[in-house]
Amino acid sequence: MSLYQLQKFLYVLNREPAAQRRYRDDLDGLIADYELTDEEARALRDGDIGLLYVLGVNGQILMHYAAFLGIAWFDYLDFMREGIERHGPVRAGVYAMTGGGASFTEEEGAR
Amino acid sequence: MSLVYAGVLSHAPGITGRADLVKNVARRDEFYRMLDHQREEIEASGAEALVVIAAEHFANFFMNNMPAFCIGMSDAYEGPIEDPGWLKIARTRVPGNADLSKRVITAVMQTVDCAYAEEWKFDHGIMVPLHFLTPRYDMAVIPANINCQGPPLTPLARAWAFGEALRRACDAQPEKIALVGTGGISHWPATPDSGKINEAWDREFLDHLMAQDRDALMRYDDDVQTYRDAGQGGFEIRTYLAAAAAAGGPGELQYYTAELPIFAVGCTVARFAID
Repeated sequence: MSLYQLQKFLYVLNREPAAQRRYRDDLDGLIADYELTDEEARALRDGDIGLLYVLGVNGQILMHYAAFLGIAWFDYLDFMREGIERHGPVRAGVYAMTGGGASFTEEEGAR
Repeated sequence: MSLVYAGVLSHAPGITGRADLVKNVARRDEFYRMLDHQREEIEASGAEALVVIAAEHFANFFMNNMPAFCIGMSDAYEGPIEDPGWLKIARTRVPGNADLSKRVITAVMQTVDCAYAEEWKFDHGIMVPLHFLTPRYDMAVIPANINCQGPPLTPLARAWAFGEALRRACDAQPEKIALVGTGGISHWPATPDSGKINEAWDREFLDHLMAQDRDALMRYDDDVQTYRDAGQGGFEIRTYLAAAAAAGGPGELQYYTAELPIFAVGCTVARFAID
């Protein structure tokens, strides 16, 4: 388990323009700079928000990453729910899903 | 001069970023008007600088070196770190005041161990408040951070002591200084539960806060009560505690609504008497 390294990858990506350029130009090379499991590397390579959420990436780090990827708000929420369905509950951290996947806004229900 | 204004307000990124998704437009605009009123109060106080006690979200500090407290010490900052189109706040430079920061930090450190930072990239936790309170970015900002994100978190009693130290530090300066604490109360941000709000918990907490009931406020327990009833977002009450401690006087809850869950937080505006 290298959640620390996974989160550090995203922390650096979220705040460093140079890392963002490298993400787009040399993602495999950027990933290789961190000690990640195959599952973690795959989640980054695929931009798999659901799997990253289940792996325990802090929600604030993940939210900024989703914004960087240009993911719309309600899609971001859906990706996390789908991650739970596919991979089970959040494995670490304090950003667990507690509402059973329900929506808490009329705006999401009305889209 | 001294501390001339103290208050609290919400900072959730949806307040700006999801403004166009809101169904309850009347309530949204009512909240915006109260934020504008808070700006007017700060301006009327004659404040020359604004201390923003924030709960940052991994824009600057990570688990390799996480300070319990940090204060910015630069003549300029930049933000937002997030995609500007997502937050709907343009990336900009925000004026600081390194000299004033240094004097404030020096005074705070007499009683509270505090890190300082000559670089600071603002995230939504500071940019959303500034968007409403200093929309022309024409007031020096002094960012201050309390660790509300990476456990072990800053203890509540230390957050209170930090606020008291900031008050003494502000009162020792010749400038007029305003201070706001900004965070969420109960909320489950950045999870599928986004929009969940425990209004009863919020109102009880705000009652304690406005009454300066330190004993009641110190009884909130992160690991059990707050996490269960107010979510991990509830850890950000530290910023409100620090603002209350800095002010010393009773608070006036000027606005609260749980009717804008698309903003993912109970939207709050309050000020404290300076006592």
